[in-house]
Amino acid sequence: MFERIREKLEILADAAKYDVSCSSSGSNRKNENKGLGDAEGTGICHTYTEDGRCVSLLKILLTNHCIYDCAFCVSRRSNDIKRAAFTVDEVVELTMNFYRRNYIEGLFLSSGIFKNADYTMERLVRIVKKLRTEQRFNGYIHLKTIPGASEELLKEAGLYADRMSINLEMPTETGLKLLAPEKSHDDVKKPLDYIQQTITQFSSEKALIKAVPKFVPAGQSTQMVIGATPESDKEIMHMANTFYKDFSLKRVYYSGYIPISNDSRLPVIGSQPPLIRENRLYQTDWLMRFYGFDVKEILNDAHPNLDVDIDPKLSWALRHLEQFPIDVNTADYKMIMRVPGIGVASALKIVQARKFGRLHQDQLKKIGISFNKAKHFIRYADSPLQLRDYESGHIKALILSESSSKYTRIPKNQLSIF
Amino acid sequence: MEIFVFDGTLEGLLTAVFECYQKKAKDVKIVSEVHHVPDVFKEAFHVISDDVKANRVWKGLAKKLDSNWMKSIYKAFLSEQPATFQDLFEFIRYIIDNQPGAEANFGNRYVLEISQMSHKVHREKHRMEAFIRFQKTADEIFYAHIEPDFNVLPLLIDHFKNRYADQKWIIYDLKRKYGLFYDLEKVEEIAFDFTAEMSPALNALPGNVLDPKEELYALLWKDYFRSVNIPARKNMKLHIRHVPKRYWKYLSEKQG
Repeated sequence: MFERIREKLEILADAAKYDVSCSSSGSNRKNENKGLGDAEGTGICHTYTEDGRCVSLLKILLTNHCIYDCAFCVSRRSNDIKRAAFTVDEVVELTMNFYRRNYIEGLFLSSGIFKNADYTMERLVRIVKKLRTEQRFNGYIHLKTIPGASEELLKEAGLYADRMSINLEMPTETGLKLLAPEKSHDDVKKPLDYIQQTITQFSSEKALIKAVPKFVPAGQSTQMVIGATPESDKEIMHMANTFYKDFSLKRVYYSGYIPISNDSRLPVIGSQPPLIRENRLYQTDWLMRFYGFDVKEILNDAHPNLDVDIDPKLSWALRHLEQFPIDVNTADYKMIMRVPGIGVASALKIVQARKFGRLHQDQLKKIGISFNKAKHFIRYADSPLQLRDYESGHIKALILSESSSKYTRIPKNQLSIF
Repeated sequence: MEIFVFDGTLEGLLTAVFECYQKKAKDVKIVSEVHHVPDVFKEAFHVISDDVKANRVWKGLAKKLDSNWMKSIYKAFLSEQPATFQDLFEFIRYIIDNQPGAEANFGNRYVLEISQMSHKVHREKHRMEAFIRFQKTADEIFYAHIEPDFNVLPLLIDHFKNRYADQKWIIYDLKRKYGLFYDLEKVEEIAFDFTAEMSPALNALPGNVLDPKEELYALLWKDYFRSVNIPARKNMKLHIRHVPKRYWKYLSEKQG
């Protein structure tokens, strides 16, 4: 009896793992009914896989049977793999029992499309409804929106889920059409838009009536696959920026394509997933969301791709040396955040601390800035006298020689032949 | 330089600050009793913990610091580090001696030390919230034991009480020999002796006291952990940075 459920979990967890979203934060669901779980506030990573990704949710597919044949997906109908499907009760039991043992923050439930969109969505809704109403489960639930499902079902799902998401899959329509001719970006935009409007509607009602139920309190997210099709970083990030703006998304995830198919349209099996590029895209995403950068400052026609050897903030600063050095004792907070090697928290500490006296090198180091990087762009109380201006190539070489960048050498996870 | 010896409690530390002002002492070295090595040539002043005196200092601080900073003081105290006791002593004096707002001076050594130490303790608390693995016993209690770097149990109460409101649980600190027990109503402090068959090294209770389904779920969790790994992305350096090896003993998925 153990064996059947073990096999199902193995198949359906394996098929779900390429969806990289792991967030379990941003909801406001408190445990007010003395039930199980609390999804208020920050998320928790309960463990990490050996590839360094956070595990916070039980991430599974309801089934990996699918009527679609998307070339980039392991569950595509033409792929000869084992298929399985959970029952509603199996998913509920697994979620409750994993949560009780403090293994997880909640459930991430997705599914292949079997029969049609509504049939699939209806099953997903049945699971989350049972968890919330019968089991009084207040943990985090991330539910996939099935494109094409009816608005009534989406609305019901939103009453039980904390977050909902639909994946864009390929960053451009052309890329998507190449690998998944049956799909289009419009299939994604329509439900994203419907749910976003319903969120807005609920929150405006909340201003008038007290007892409005929660509706997708942790908002929506999406994911793009990187490196399967030949988009530039500019195309990817400009698309992400549009989606952040148009649908108020909480997150856009970038998933480096891991070759799983011998399809001639895709990178061959065994080729290295674009991990550095993925990392640089996330850094850019952070600069847009937390550091006040406009996407056009980082990626534009003159500079359509991110540098591999240095991070995007350093790259931007080297292209704009006319704006540096700045004096940390007088510069604007927004400008301090733009210095390579200074993060949001350190920038805040600097503007608070400098009210008590001009800051010196040792204080800046203790505050926790990456001094070797930042020193080329800042002045402070005891800055050494500098007689000539360095040019950007020289600064870059200095920084690279002083740091042991994890990217300058051969990627560790690439086999060495000798 | 005067030496103040206190009993290792927060109350004692706050009393010491009070005494320091009463005695108009300037330079004070503060030592907890367990760390104190008597010196024949130098007499130490033994602080006697006093509710009223400690409260006066605490209330004085609360007038100048917001609740986050008050929590930071408590968290830094729970680090149990001798050097942090001194930093706390100096930090409290610095706040008392200066105008409101002095805590924003991250250029000051003690402000920065307390801020950073409270972060470390907070991180350890957060790790416990993440890495604790309960085992369900036959009498329906969810049990876990831990050996945290800092004394974080008091910081864990609210989190686990809110989250596991409908199940009984015990979290036991093996290093400090006390634990928390939630009985569906309230959380109590408990202490007990370990029997021989209970292995303190691993988070594993003997099979005969476990719920019959415990083995299944532990197994499914291990399977799950293996299934979600993507071998093509393997990066052990990052893995270990997130889950330092000293925490592996808590994690059932990292065993055998």
